[in-house]
Amino acid sequence: MIDHYVPAASTFAPHIDDLIILIGAVVGFWGLLAEVVFIGLILKFKAEPGVKSKYVSGELPKEKRWVSIPHYATLAFDLLILVMALRVWHEVKLEMPKPDETVRVIAQQWAWTFVHPGADGILDTSDDITTIDELHVVNDKTYQFELTSRDVLHSFSVPVFRLKQDAIPGRIIKGWFKPTMTGQFDIQCTEICGIGHGLMPARIVIETADQHANWVKANTALAAVAPAAPAPTPTPTGGMP
Amino acid sequence: MSAAAATHAEAGHHDHAHHEPGFIEKYLWSTDHKMIGFQYLFTGMLMALVGGFTVYAFRMQLAFPGVAVPGYGRVTASDYNALITTHGSVMIFWVAMPVLIAALGNYLIPLMIGCDDMVFPRLNRLSYQIFLVSAVILMASFFVQGGAFGGAWTAYPPLSAKAEYSLTGTGSSMWLLAVALEFVAFLLGGINFVTTVMNSRAPGMKMFDVPMVVWMIIIASILFMASVGPLVAGAVMLLFDQNFHTGFFDPAKGGDPVLWQHLFWFFGHPEVYVVLLPAMGIVAEIITVFSRKKLFAYKTVLYTAVGTGVLSFFVWAHHQFVAGIDPRMANVFSVTTLLISIPVAEMVFVYIGTLYGGSIRLTTPMLWALAFIGEFLIGGVTGIFLGAAGADIYFHDTYFVIAHFHYTFFPIAFIAVFAAITYWFPKMFGRMMNETFGKVHFWGTIIPFNFIFIPLFVLGTRGDHRRIYDYRHFPDLMKAGMQDLRILATISLLTLLAFQVVFLVNFFVSLKKGPKASKNPWNANTLEWVAPSPPPHGNFPEGLPNVYRGPYEYGHPDRAEDYWPQNVEGA
Repeated sequence: MIDHYVPAASTFAPHIDDLIILIGAVVGFWGLLAEVVFIGLILKFKAEPGVKSKYVSGELPKEKRWVSIPHYATLAFDLLILVMALRVWHEVKLEMPKPDETVRVIAQQWAWTFVHPGADGILDTSDDITTIDELHVVNDKTYQFELTSRDVLHSFSVPVFRLKQDAIPGRIIKGWFKPTMTGQFDIQCTEICGIGHGLMPARIVIETADQHANWVKANTALAAVAPAAPAPTPTPTGGMP
Repeated sequence: MSAAAATHAEAGHHDHAHHEPGFIEKYLWSTDHKMIGFQYLFTGMLMALVGGFTVYAFRMQLAFPGVAVPGYGRVTASDYNALITTHGSVMIFWVAMPVLIAALGNYLIPLMIGCDDMVFPRLNRLSYQIFLVSAVILMASFFVQGGAFGGAWTAYPPLSAKAEYSLTGTGSSMWLLAVALEFVAFLLGGINFVTTVMNSRAPGMKMFDVPMVVWMIIIASILFMASVGPLVAGAVMLLFDQNFHTGFFDPAKGGDPVLWQHLFWFFGHPEVYVVLLPAMGIVAEIITVFSRKKLFAYKTVLYTAVGTGVLSFFVWAHHQFVAGIDPRMANVFSVTTLLISIPVAEMVFVYIGTLYGGSIRLTTPMLWALAFIGEFLIGGVTGIFLGAAGADIYFHDTYFVIAHFHYTFFPIAFIAVFAAITYWFPKMFGRMMNETFGKVHFWGTIIPFNFIFIPLFVLGTRGDHRRIYDYRHFPDLMKAGMQDLRILATISLLTLLAFQVVFLVNFFVSLKKGPKASKNPWNANTLEWVAPSPPPHGNFPEGLPNVYRGPYEYGHPDRAEDYWPQNVEGA
């Protein structure tokens, strides 16, 4: 349903979508039922001349049932949602599959810097490719990202991956994704970061291995003349253990 | 009675009959709880105009980017940030809080518990004066160099901590100072409310005879007092970071920006319930009166309110799931967050249950109270998506959050407040409001309200993230239909704002020309309806009432009338 509007382009995106649909079904059903009962009672018990209201304290067990049964239903469905929600959370934020490659994402007012490992697949070597506002990745490859910020809080959001993580100055936060389709999509900054917050769009380019190899080749020549971006200095804390 | 009367006599206000107070003494320097309630009410209404104007300006920019907004002009990126920050701060801290807690608490508590004034009337006056200063400081920040603060109402550092990041150095400090002063004002008010209800209840009024709205304001005041400390401490640290270059939140100096988020939300989440509970209380009063029913399970409502309050201290980090906190913490905060749905849902069930077997009259206040239940329910269930950590990864900081938030806060800050104003207006001003105008205003508000926020749910699900002044920079957010939804939301907002004129006309014309109200026009049970409309200084000229029973004895089988006021003797 959601991928009709926003493609689901990572391995965990369909799981997040399923979770959202599950919650939608549960709260949709119960919410709608509550609204129907509520409006039904209003219509049924509209004042009529000569009809006095009933005197119900709501303190007897027989009457309290009307509240306690929905109460336990809420609890049971809360538990169901919790289990499903935390399973997805663990997959996205706590498990870290062994990465094929690592990219560095550096946010600042108001641009994104992406450091790609280049042909050797290793960061902080002379063939690293640094780009502004454009991240190039290969479809079907597992990536680890190292996220940091140079100034204020930012947030690295890739809606097609259903991925979001705040960037904090002074920290490197690690995470992962594995794209499942090629194409070009938005990267957004989703934490207010000053007057240029709305001017921080970037794009993620998901390519086939061949396309990516060509892109690497075309850009390595440039990287050789320009000095590699210095690695961020802060010690890695936070993020995945 | 004793403490209140003693302080009162000392203040020299009981010799009231001997001289006519001047304008300032009567309206600005009064220690009468009703006048202080009005001061808060009218200041809150004035600030609501500010909150309404700011949302008008930035929603116009979102629907028609780059166009000069009539009455404002072009909205630049920095204007946009200042507008959203001011809208959020004003609506929560200078509209919802003062009107729901301070105005209604001040006005209703002494009347509903049957005493002549607050225990500390001069503390009460000071509370309003500090509040007024805080509002003036906030408004003045628009006119300083750099303009008003634009770091959102959550004021996350480092953006809020350094002028070179926010570009609003003076505005940021003024915003923080205003917020801190506002909290001091409510702290003073809260002390007063709790002490008054503990000490000055009418003879015979036991704890479980206290009307629900009074209970709710007391629980809310206690929640506020218990949660505000960390935020005020944080605000002082942030002021130091801004002005003396300390490094509480600066990683380069050994600080941590995320610390602020913990302090802010440790206050910020209980704050939701600080304003929700009084709104729930208002609704309890109104649905019982207009369905002529005893409140279903009075004690259950009370216990769920206390339970909600206690739980609300353990959910704050659900605002920070993706903020860089230890991701394992989501395991705990998802659980507490989903658990809090239970007492809140239970309160809603109780209110729905109260309608059963009633004799329901759809007066204007009743329509508002019922609309509160119906709309708040939507706000409640959509919160589940955000409390469930896995789904929050996607929804965090999107318009889905905004829509959810407004489905809770609009019912709290406006629907419940309109219910309260239309219900207590006859008591407050001694005149009736016009029902036809009231209903036109009701439908003219409720229908557009839904047409503002349903499109925002859709936009959020489609990926619109918050606090962006022009979506044209994002190709994926300019797909077919998305701008149409933004325009629909804005047009609905314009409609909603236009219908508020109906309310203002009804309010001010009724104030002067409405038909005179009797003591108890709604045949209600609670003690404020024993006093004359409007009550004079001292509230109960025929002597303070005695209380014989709980507040919700409607439709009692032993009685011919379908109501049984708390002060009327009888088996």
